[in-house]
Amino acid sequence: MASHKYIENVLEKYFEATTTVAEESELRAYFAQEDVAAHLEQYRSMFTYFSIAKEESYPTKEPLKPSRKLNFRWLSIAAATILFFGIYFGNQYWEQRQAEIAYQETKEALNLLAENFNKGTQKMGYLNELEIAKQKLYNEN
Amino acid sequence: MQQKEFIDLVMPFRDKLYRMAKRLLVSREEAEDAVQEIIMKLWSKSDSISKYRSVEAFAMTMTKNFCLDRLKSKQAGNLKLVHSNYKDENSAIQRSIETRDSVSWVEKIMDELPEQQKMVLQLRDIEDYDYDEIAEMLGMKPTAIRVTLSRARKTVREKLIEKHNYGIA
Repeated sequence: MASHKYIENVLEKYFEATTTVAEESELRAYFAQEDVAAHLEQYRSMFTYFSIAKEESYPTKEPLKPSRKLNFRWLSIAAATILFFGIYFGNQYWEQRQAEIAYQETKEALNLLAENFNKGTQKMGYLNELEIAKQKLYNEN
Repeated sequence: MQQKEFIDLVMPFRDKLYRMAKRLLVSREEAEDAVQEIIMKLWSKSDSISKYRSVEAFAMTMTKNFCLDRLKSKQAGNLKLVHSNYKDENSAIQRSIETRDSVSWVEKIMDELPEQQKMVLQLRDIEDYDYDEIAEMLGMKPTAIRVTLSRARKTVREKLIEKHNYGIA
């Protein structure tokens, strides 16, 4: 393990930007381990951050895309099914309504007809009256 | 150049481009867009790409220019600040909340650095490029890079000590 004295030296060079890449990775290795001199502890977060920052990678979204496509496919199937059932049942309901309306209209028309027939039969009463009067006249003669 | 060849050429340094873009643009989405744009540009130049001595350095220069343009056009005002949440897997490195806090300080301190210092620090301390490579990427002289780097490292140290003392007081 590198001595603290040596690290101090390298650190000094580090801040003057005269260290080599190899020396800098030595520094990172030193600060990544547990045993850091108390007065050097303040530099730990700096080198720790550099080590972590190296690891960050370009986010890949590839696995997300196919599942999204699949979702869309299922969604379209569901929408088509609902639409189909909607048209089918809607049509049935509409036909039923249409039949009911026709039934009501026929019933009304027949009622009207029956009423008028009744009026006709009432008027027949007068005819009867006439017949009786005529009979009386014949009998008297 | 075939697609396969191109991918083999570009993939090894895609993460580096992304980290550089994120360092400059801060926003994760912006950085992703930038990298995609750079890779598209590289692909459109794929016939002449072999002329460049180092495709990686060339791509890094393109990323730098693209991001700086982007910052200029955005006036640096309405860029989103996205906080990175570090994963806990690396418990050997992040053994306490205290360390994790001061580690994210370093990121914030780096965000506050001037762009030149930010880029040099990124390329040297995170990507481990040597001075000649950085000089080529940024179009600067190696001596100027040393000066900038030294300044950036010292600023990070000072601000870190400042924040540390503030936390204690």
